[in-house]
Amino acid sequence: MAFMNITSPHAHGGNSTSRIMLLVILATVPGIMALTYFFGWGNLINIALAAFTALVCEALILKVRKRPISFFLKDNSALLTAVLLGIALPPFAPWWVTVVAVSFAMIFAKHLYGGLGNNPFNPAMVGYALVLISFPVQMTTTWAMPFFLTDGQVLSFSDTLSVTFSGSSPLVAGLSDAFSGATPLDTYKHLAKNETALEILQGPLFASDVSGAASGGSASNWFAGGWEFVNIAFLIGGLALLALRIFTWHIPFSLLAALGTCSMLFGWDADLYVPWSLHIFTGATMLGAFFIATDPVTASTTPLGKIIYGAGIGILIFVIRTWGAYPDAVAFAVLLMNFAAPMIDTYTQPRTYGHEKAKRGLATKPDTSDEEG
Amino acid sequence: MQPITLHSFDGGIHPQENKHQSTQRAIVALPLPAQLIVPVGQHIGAPADVIVSIGDTVLKGQDIAHPKGFVSAAIHAPTSGKVVAIEQRELPHSSGLEGTCVIIDSDGQDQWLEEIANGSQGINDYLDADNDVLIKRIRDCGITGMGGAGFPTSVKMAVKGKQIDTLVINAAECEPYITSDDMLMRERALEAIRGIQILMKLTAADNCLIGIEDNKPEAIKAMEDALHKVHGEHHITVVTIPTKYPSGGEKQLIKILTGKEVPSGGIPASIGIVCQNIGTCEAIYRAIAEGKPLISRITTITGDSVEQPQNVEVLIGTPVKHLLEFAGFKQEKSLFQKLLGTESKPRIIMGGPMMGFTLSNDELPILKSSNCVLAPSQKELPANDIASECIRCGLCTEACPADLLPQQLYWFSKAGELDKAEQHNIADCIECGACSYVCPSQIPLVQYYRHTKGSIKTERAAQDKSNRSKVRFEARQDRLDREAAEKEAKRQARAAAAEKAQAAKKAAAAKAAEEAAKNGDSPATEASAKPEPVDLEKLQKQLSAAQAGLKKSMDKVAEIKAGEAEAAESEKLEVFEKAVATRRDKVKLLAQQVAEAKKAMPPVKKEVSREDIEKKLRAQQDRIEKSQQRLQLAQEQGLDTLPALQKGLDKQMQKLKELEADLAQFDKAGV
Repeated sequence: MAFMNITSPHAHGGNSTSRIMLLVILATVPGIMALTYFFGWGNLINIALAAFTALVCEALILKVRKRPISFFLKDNSALLTAVLLGIALPPFAPWWVTVVAVSFAMIFAKHLYGGLGNNPFNPAMVGYALVLISFPVQMTTTWAMPFFLTDGQVLSFSDTLSVTFSGSSPLVAGLSDAFSGATPLDTYKHLAKNETALEILQGPLFASDVSGAASGGSASNWFAGGWEFVNIAFLIGGLALLALRIFTWHIPFSLLAALGTCSMLFGWDADLYVPWSLHIFTGATMLGAFFIATDPVTASTTPLGKIIYGAGIGILIFVIRTWGAYPDAVAFAVLLMNFAAPMIDTYTQPRTYGHEKAKRGLATKPDTSDEEG
Repeated sequence: MQPITLHSFDGGIHPQENKHQSTQRAIVALPLPAQLIVPVGQHIGAPADVIVSIGDTVLKGQDIAHPKGFVSAAIHAPTSGKVVAIEQRELPHSSGLEGTCVIIDSDGQDQWLEEIANGSQGINDYLDADNDVLIKRIRDCGITGMGGAGFPTSVKMAVKGKQIDTLVINAAECEPYITSDDMLMRERALEAIRGIQILMKLTAADNCLIGIEDNKPEAIKAMEDALHKVHGEHHITVVTIPTKYPSGGEKQLIKILTGKEVPSGGIPASIGIVCQNIGTCEAIYRAIAEGKPLISRITTITGDSVEQPQNVEVLIGTPVKHLLEFAGFKQEKSLFQKLLGTESKPRIIMGGPMMGFTLSNDELPILKSSNCVLAPSQKELPANDIASECIRCGLCTEACPADLLPQQLYWFSKAGELDKAEQHNIADCIECGACSYVCPSQIPLVQYYRHTKGSIKTERAAQDKSNRSKVRFEARQDRLDREAAEKEAKRQARAAAAEKAQAAKKAAAAKAAEEAAKNGDSPATEASAKPEPVDLEKLQKQLSAAQAGLKKSMDKVAEIKAGEAEAAESEKLEVFEKAVATRRDKVKLLAQQVAEAKKAMPPVKKEVSREDIEKKLRAQQDRIEKSQQRLQLAQEQGLDTLPALQKGLDKQMQKLKELEADLAQFDKAGV
């Protein structure tokens, strides 16, 4: 009787790429819910639009590259890129900003480098950086105000749709500017040029709690309304992924530690610098730490390398936020460290069993001195 | 005794154990198969030399093949019967290569060799016996490692000059499904412990640690109970270790039990440790105390495709088919296949699901190292999906028990970057399969590593070969240069001497002329009186050259006349005919000159003595003898210089014949 011939191992743990991607997408749900709760429908519309664009782009380029379309569409990686971009873009971003960001991410950042697994740069962040540089006005003025700053009024789904698809900023669309504006980080940075910390914190973005009541600018309120809950929601999702062993602790923890350390070192003088609580709990910090910096394809892969990689992103986030011109810095910080990841890997090999110390650096050819001599 | 501090190795996985299926029944002896296929190369090292012939009758336990060289093991007849064939058959090995097998038809008597049956081969006071005697018995009984690799135990035990502190007994049995060691410990714990005592004596180890995973509580209890029965100090400890694959890997188990790491490329003995499988210990006890050679073992037959998963005592050489039939193997058929009457190929694995290899057919035999035959259903071990792209998730890095970077090794393997793979220590990969097990992209990583390891080996061999020939070539070049230089120096010396002689001659001539002038003699007459020495050889050469030229011209003329030549040449017929005429004249002239010169030359008799020829003859014989030795060596080692050596020898033989002929002629002439 003839038998099947396969080499070992014969058993498989049953994990799959599509499962990993799906779990990461699911882990963003708490964060998306918080975003929607505080800032309205904008991000959900962004996500839906991004997902549609991503799947169409992926299918098209797979067809052009003569790759099996359904095989790759099923891996959920395009969907994940779309979800992350949909979350990262401002809630009232015009539809074409989303489409440009997503299609650039899929076609240029991902598939022109060889598709899944072969891209050196995080596709979502490449798309984000492109639109941030190209359309600074649309990217900085279309952030939503949390609902408690707009007298409890929330833009309805259809209104949000019309803002998104009018192809312009809410201001142009004839809506009250009460609904949109800059992020707390941006606001604090600009106000800190003239005002003291106490004065800034008495501003509406910081001084109101969720109930909408002014908390009187007490020094204990070092957070920005709503943003801290969004970040905590992403933190919860991230910790769930950590528990599921989708990624290891190295990157998110070293990132947060580095960002926290830097912002505490400088942030003791809150009159000049943004305090650490705002660095950690506003903007895209938790999203970046747990969902973007951990993208395995573009990150460092060795245990020590991951720590260096995460810390590098943390430091760069602080530097760009503090001295750069952009409101947030996760995208640039991640992309810059993407450049460094291969080199970090080269110099951070772990020590193999049975070796006295780790072999690090580039491969040296076997001794050829006698050949040359 | 101090409590043992357990250590841990990095990585590892927890696959479904699936061990309970085969531990429900006690070990049973498999009914005698009609025919046994006994390979003589079941171990690491040289295959044994067959000492029986076709038609021989053998008894159970009779040796049928002797170890060849130091690293080898004896092979014995597993039952009584008749040798019906000694031939090349496919071996149960991942390579699918063939090897010599002794095929024995069972006579159904299963009759032991007399001296084993009456127990006279047993050494009762083995703990007081001489180590060399014990090691020889282990070697004669063909004991090899029963855990997997099959390394000859006698070789492992001959660790002279190495201080052994700890004997590590591998009873972890970390592979899913396999329970042969588990059942052996449950039922034969005392024999195993006694085998361990023998090993302790042989290695002079201070203590012994038996590592058993905590998913085998019955085995642990049985071993501890057996230890209580041992009298006196024994320094043996049963250590319960956490269940984690691959804790039964030699290197991993040593790390768990001792905290030490076996150096890369080294053996445990270099850190004072010897590691043996628990099954081997039992076999050693049987060999020493009962004098029984290794002719059977406990093998697990399991998987959803057999009706009764269990452990059986099976004779080495039993075809897998016999085992499968005994356990009730049923080929899985889907409804679709039933309707169409087709069937798919089942997957039969020898070993476990992590490191076992598939068998190509069911005629393959059970070996000394076959601990499990696994017949899974497709649902149980589904075939891998198509591999998708690596997303560098790093799960493999976390799973690797050797602290390698499996995904980097994968990229290097895929790109054929062998130097980088080596830099990343691919040689330290134990091929446990943990990386492939956790890979979400279902990439067959271990296959890539095996291929790369093979490529590195091939490349290194080629490199060695080219280095050797380079050295040879350079040495030859040096020699040629040196010889040329010597030749040149000699030539120059000769030229200088000649010039000097010429000058001296001239001076002498001038002097003579002067003197002659004084005496009134004519110098010219003297010069002409001295005849030029006729150079016979030169003349002969000229003659043969002229003859060749003549022949060529004549051929041409003939060709033209026959009309074969080209038209352009045909016109030159006259020219060629003229050439023939002139050349013929020249040949005639030269022939005449040669004849004259010969006449003029005094007959030279070659003075060759008989002794000279004999001397030459003897030297030639010596040379031939040396060449024959070299040739034999090359044949043994399978060197590729073989044809060249053969050619050289032929030439030398030719020369020898010539010399002998010369000698005969000489004798004839002498008489």
